[in-house]
Amino acid sequence: MSAEPLLKVQDLSVTFRTGDRATVAAQGVSYELAAGEVLAVVGESGSGKSVTALALTRLLPPEPTCSLTGSVKLAGVELLGLPEAKLAKVRGGSIAYIFQEPGTSLNPVYTIGFQVGEAIALHRPDIKDVRAEVVRALAEVHINDPQRVADQYPHELSGGMQQRAMIAMALACDPKILVADEPTTALDVTIQKEIMDLLARLRRERGMSIILITHNFGIVANFADKVQVMWKGRIVEQGPVAEIMRTQTHPYTKALIACIPRLGQRRRRLTTLSDELKVSR
Amino acid sequence: MSDNLLEISGLSVHYPGRANWFFQKAAPKKAVDDISFVVPKGKTVGLVGESGSGKTTTGRAIVKLAPLTAGKITYQGQDIGTLSNAAFLPWRKKIQMIFQDPYNSLNPRADILSILSEPLEIHFPGMTRADREARCAELLRSVQLPAEHLRRHPHEFSGGQRQRIGIARALAVQPELIICDEPVSALDVSVQAEVVNLLQDLQEQLGLTYLFIAHDLAVVEHVSDHILVMSKGKIVEQGTPSEILGNPQQAYTKTLLAAVPRF
Repeated sequence: MSAEPLLKVQDLSVTFRTGDRATVAAQGVSYELAAGEVLAVVGESGSGKSVTALALTRLLPPEPTCSLTGSVKLAGVELLGLPEAKLAKVRGGSIAYIFQEPGTSLNPVYTIGFQVGEAIALHRPDIKDVRAEVVRALAEVHINDPQRVADQYPHELSGGMQQRAMIAMALACDPKILVADEPTTALDVTIQKEIMDLLARLRRERGMSIILITHNFGIVANFADKVQVMWKGRIVEQGPVAEIMRTQTHPYTKALIACIPRLGQRRRRLTTLSDELKVSR
Repeated sequence: MSDNLLEISGLSVHYPGRANWFFQKAAPKKAVDDISFVVPKGKTVGLVGESGSGKTTTGRAIVKLAPLTAGKITYQGQDIGTLSNAAFLPWRKKIQMIFQDPYNSLNPRADILSILSEPLEIHFPGMTRADREARCAELLRSVQLPAEHLRRHPHEFSGGQRQRIGIARALAVQPELIICDEPVSALDVSVQAEVVNLLQDLQEQLGLTYLFIAHDLAVVEHVSDHILVMSKGKIVEQGTPSEILGNPQQAYTKTLLAAVPRF
């Protein structure tokens, strides 16, 4: 692509310091993301995939506990080292996040309508009738009876409904990039499919880019354009999804794909990771 | 005696509905509604369905963690559904459970030794402290964890290791049947593969019988000899894995199959 990519990450490293110990959570991460593209980041717990995504808008502890090096450019603007006030506009404004457990991401003592409304009022102060906008936002993520749901509390909704409400909140300010950190891991397969279909539709309609963090290769294969595999804080392999699903060069990627039970392929034993491939924790 | 370790017939678990504003009695919530199935000895029966389908309640009802509304639970020819909690104690030794969330099912303040010792103290009151400690070390080894870990606490372990500890605790009393309630759905794929292999190895070594509850059809297909599909409190379809996968009869089973990502 000749034009400037929407997001360009170069040599990004994240280091945590506790006492006199330094832990490198991510190292030398570089990639580009075009508008409307879906990038899947695959890896196990502790591989650095979430930390790298949080580092984009520095949703991490301040210096000196956590230091970032490298470069993150959003539409040509460097985000690393941006003052906090400006960064706050990027968070939610240009790059929005949804997380694995909608139940813990939502505030239990406020109604859904209040929480979605808060996001809308904060990022789009020009909107007069926030309530109407909330109802419209909930309807857009296929919540039936949005008028009623707006007055409900998080515990009154199912996991799938909670995740929809989170997505509505994330979309409130029309982000360019949606970071979805294991958005369906806590959900049933059928609900998982509904949420992924919803994200696919939103991407199509809004031309939004998605960074999808997951360890489910099934979702990657059906949903993403390109994939990067993280292992011990580094990207060990990246490329178009079809290519990586067909041939894997890194043994970790091979093992990760091999250990998944697949429908209709009953095997005696599942493949497991060899000791040297395990993410040591 | 038949080859069936467990026979369930007409099992129902109904919870009272919330009475409405006019004090009219509300319709009960039928969590499990008149289901029947058998679990043959030494085999694995898989139970799949969505959240709210009643699969967990079914598992819990078998070990008296959910109230029985109707139906008969027969374990090796003995009716165990109607026993009082005290009379049920000997069966708690034979039927154990493994839970989904390895983070919440282990007491964070207890070390591994006391977590594994507790069932031994209850079911083997004659054991000395030294016997128990030796048995706990052996249990840890059987789930492929080093015996030195006995003095550690749950927070020092990863999710997969905690699930192994949950398995060791279930094995402590030498059970015959283990009800595995979503044992791998909270784990990473690579760890999931290790735990699934471990469960299969233990089944072979110890002749265990499993009721394997999960929502992931691919995992259930891999481990099960027989699959039950549950929806809205009822068993809508059952059969061997190849029957369920190759020729699903019910619309619900087809939806479930279609939702599994393929690649």
